[in-house]
Amino acid sequence: MLTETAQPSLSPIFGRLTLDWIPYHEPILVGTFAGVVLGGLLVLALMSYFRLWGPLWRNWVTTVDHKKIGIMYMILGFVMMVRGFADALMMRLQQAMAAGGVEGYLPPHHYDQVFTAHGVIMIFFVAMAFVTGLMNYVMPLQIGARDVAFPFLNNFSFWMTVAGALLVNISLFIGEFARVGWLAFPPLSGASYSTGPGMDYYLWALQIAGVGTTLSGINMIATVLKMRAPGMKLMDMPIFAWTSLITNVLIVAAFPVLTATLALLTLDRYLDFRFFTNDFGGNPMMYINLIWVWGHPEVYILIIPCFGVISEIVATFSGKPIFGYRTMVWATACIMVLSFVVWLHHFFTMGSGASVNTFFGITTMIIAVPTGVKIFNWLFTMYKGRVRLEVPMLWVIGFLVTFTIGGMSGVLLAVPPVDFQLHNTLFLIAHFHNVIIGGVVFAVYAAVTYWWPKAFGFRLDDTWGRRSFWFWFVGFYFAFMPLYALGLMGVTRRMNAYPDAGWQPYFIVAAFGAVLILLGILSTFAGFYVSIRDRKRLACGRDPWDARTLEWATQSPPAPYNFPEDIRIVGREAFWHMKQTGFKWSGHYRPIHMPKNTATGALISAAALVFGFAMVWYIWWLALLSFAAMLALGIAHTFNYNRDYHIPSDEVTATELKGAAA
Amino acid sequence: MTPRDAELALPDGPAPHAHAVGHDGAEHHHASPTPIGFWIYLMSDCIIFGALFATYAVLGGSYAGGPAPKDLFEPGFVAIETALLLISSVTFGVAMLQAEKGRRDTTLMWLAVTGLFGAGFIGMELYEFRHLVHIGAGPDRSAFLSSFFALVATHGLHVTGGIIWLVTLMAQIRMHGLIEANMRRLSTLSMFWHFLDLVWIGVFSFVYLVRLV
Amino acid sequence: MSSHTHTASHGTMGQLMIGFGLAALLTIIPFGLVMGEVGISRSTLVGIIMGLGAVQILVHLVYFLHLSRSSEEGWTLSASIFAVIILAIVLAGSLWVMHNMNENMMPMPEMHRQIEQMKSLQAQEG
Repeated sequence: MLTETAQPSLSPIFGRLTLDWIPYHEPILVGTFAGVVLGGLLVLALMSYFRLWGPLWRNWVTTVDHKKIGIMYMILGFVMMVRGFADALMMRLQQAMAAGGVEGYLPPHHYDQVFTAHGVIMIFFVAMAFVTGLMNYVMPLQIGARDVAFPFLNNFSFWMTVAGALLVNISLFIGEFARVGWLAFPPLSGASYSTGPGMDYYLWALQIAGVGTTLSGINMIATVLKMRAPGMKLMDMPIFAWTSLITNVLIVAAFPVLTATLALLTLDRYLDFRFFTNDFGGNPMMYINLIWVWGHPEVYILIIPCFGVISEIVATFSGKPIFGYRTMVWATACIMVLSFVVWLHHFFTMGSGASVNTFFGITTMIIAVPTGVKIFNWLFTMYKGRVRLEVPMLWVIGFLVTFTIGGMSGVLLAVPPVDFQLHNTLFLIAHFHNVIIGGVVFAVYAAVTYWWPKAFGFRLDDTWGRRSFWFWFVGFYFAFMPLYALGLMGVTRRMNAYPDAGWQPYFIVAAFGAVLILLGILSTFAGFYVSIRDRKRLACGRDPWDARTLEWATQSPPAPYNFPEDIRIVGREAFWHMKQTGFKWSGHYRPIHMPKNTATGALISAAALVFGFAMVWYIWWLALLSFAAMLALGIAHTFNYNRDYHIPSDEVTATELKGAAA
Repeated sequence: MTPRDAELALPDGPAPHAHAVGHDGAEHHHASPTPIGFWIYLMSDCIIFGALFATYAVLGGSYAGGPAPKDLFEPGFVAIETALLLISSVTFGVAMLQAEKGRRDTTLMWLAVTGLFGAGFIGMELYEFRHLVHIGAGPDRSAFLSSFFALVATHGLHVTGGIIWLVTLMAQIRMHGLIEANMRRLSTLSMFWHFLDLVWIGVFSFVYLVRLV
Repeated sequence: MSSHTHTASHGTMGQLMIGFGLAALLTIIPFGLVMGEVGISRSTLVGIIMGLGAVQILVHLVYFLHLSRSSEEGWTLSASIFAVIILAIVLAGSLWVMHNMNENMMPMPEMHRQIEQMKSLQAQEG
């Protein structure tokens, strides 16, 4: 890859993009590129052969159906997880090799890009995509809504997220990615020390995806507040709908801070502003302060929906209502506020002094209390229940054990003097992987297994599901327990090589764990394949798990309109009561009012992708053009007043009859 | 924006007050989510401004040997800017009241006046920026000036966006009249416009006046 | 959703004019105080300007944005209160954190002096 030289002159057409920025002399990247091209061509050929382009465009790209958008978010999450996990494997391999003077196969400038890309992708495009996808799919169904409050906006949000993800991946083959760690602290990420396009890829990818995330947050809040089925009070909502509401409040409150902070860094880099520079009065610490004002709520944005998932699954598979519904809601609400007053624990070592550190240390310990309340609520839900150890429940138990350990190592780090020892060591790395894998990933897997039958009308294969769980579960402990030990020995993060050969055995065990996780991921995909192949055998009806909440009252998969008619909701666990009272749909349906599909969201996002790329490479004419295109498309969209249609009543009746027969 | 955006009469349809709820039978209708959705958006925007205000609060004293507020800011100039924006807020309020009476042309007239005041505000702001850059007090001079420019220009960009939206909506009102969809848009834009005036209170107090004391 | 809600939420000409009058007054006072260079202590003046600004924000919320407990079942008000809490945390927190950090930082001239001292000590020893 090109080493950065003094500012070369800009071409009026290509900006600073020259052939030297294409990494054709990097065998790993060329190999990856060849693989991507071949795979891409294969997909294109198959799509053309089976004439899938039209359906793809009509049914998916332009869709405003929250269920399809939810599924697309999940696909994005899995695809990006493969990319992010490839980075993880490369790092584990490198660190298993590079001990005591051995350099390994990844030089620092490459290794630094790998760990930056790994973090950015896993947080923004895997974990965020997963939780947004789940909320999109499940929450409207749980509150008895036809769709989200703003269906077009939902489509637009999704495609903006995709545009951001694409921009990160383009950096793999054109140019480079940032080498600054996932939060890109200045001055390293400033104009003086990161001169190449990598940092700019980072900024524009996150800004574009961030627009999508914020708008999606607004959309989901309005959905919960305005679109609930008649009679459903807030305190009647399933816990997952509650956690969705609170997560999106956090998104709407926290993401603007990220947007502002990254915008300031962008101004520093592009227009010589002096916010975070070392000279002219700038203060890099202000960046660290601001980014963590967003960053800490962000980790709760990831985990709170997962708390909701666990609550739903525990209740279903224990055959009992969730224990302590109210405390669950209030604990989540407490976390919502508390998550905004703990951010400094990410930089105790900055030197704000004892009083500041004490305050944030204590708030951090306090926030563990509502989380503990939840753990006990789940345990008490299982207590004296008829627990069925189906695959989703396995993941839940894996979650409970692993997340609790991760949470406790977090409380250790909340003690400032301890943090001074462990700051930026592998202990920290082990801690947050412990909560993100043990918390978010396990819960997402539980959710995918749990709601898959609803989304597709057949279950996931049980055997492969169990294999996937055990590989992930055992693999996680092999991969990250050694990092706790290494962290206590003082091994810092982000090293591509280390002198002490005594550390190597731990890194080899960790690499072995990563291989087990790889097998877990492969089992997942094998499970998807086998289940789709055997979908007749695995076919199921509306309610395969004997569940309790409203989404299970719809067909599997649900009709585009979700519910054929309005239902009056009284009390919690609506579907459970419907089953008790032998509820049946009336059979006399009215026409259903639906939003029309639109291509605007995908088109604006495509223009945003071009805009991001042009800004990264200083191709000013293209940036101007694509920005104008975004504006024009947006304005043109508002001139379209014909945005909805009605599904006639006989079509509803026919769909419902077909669903009942299936 | 919403599935119901178009469930309305076109120009020759009923007058704006005769709305068409439930025209397709008794299917349950939720109240439009647009007002609350847009309000939540404004709150998130407010937090963007909050981060910029925080940056100004922290870095506003870092002159790096360059000019300080007292060397640069003219309270009289800011007072005129403030007046323009406040008056535009009131003229928008008048436009909104006219629209509710169903008077299309008067509404358009007041909206045009609003837009002109907004444009005047933007013109003055651009003049101020150009002047500052010209005398060597551009955003690259010090962290103080960086945070000043970022905050004030972000507000200015919002006002510019508001003007573009205003012009678009005027065209749409001319095309379709004060139908329900346009009324909803008008009231959404009115929230946006008043909100920008509200943020400006923070700017003139905290960015300009306090630093001139 | 009906145009009734629109009518109800945009007040009357009277409200608009009261709002205009109050806002104008609350703008003129702080500008007058600053431009007239009155003899009030600096901190009092800053307090007055900030206080009047806060009051004017409330005036705009009530008379222009028609914020009330009843609009949107109270959700606009709750959202606003939450936003104010977050704003307060971000502003006050950032100031507190950054101020403390600056206090604990060794000022540059002092650092240079100490480096010089150390050098001269080393020179004496060597």
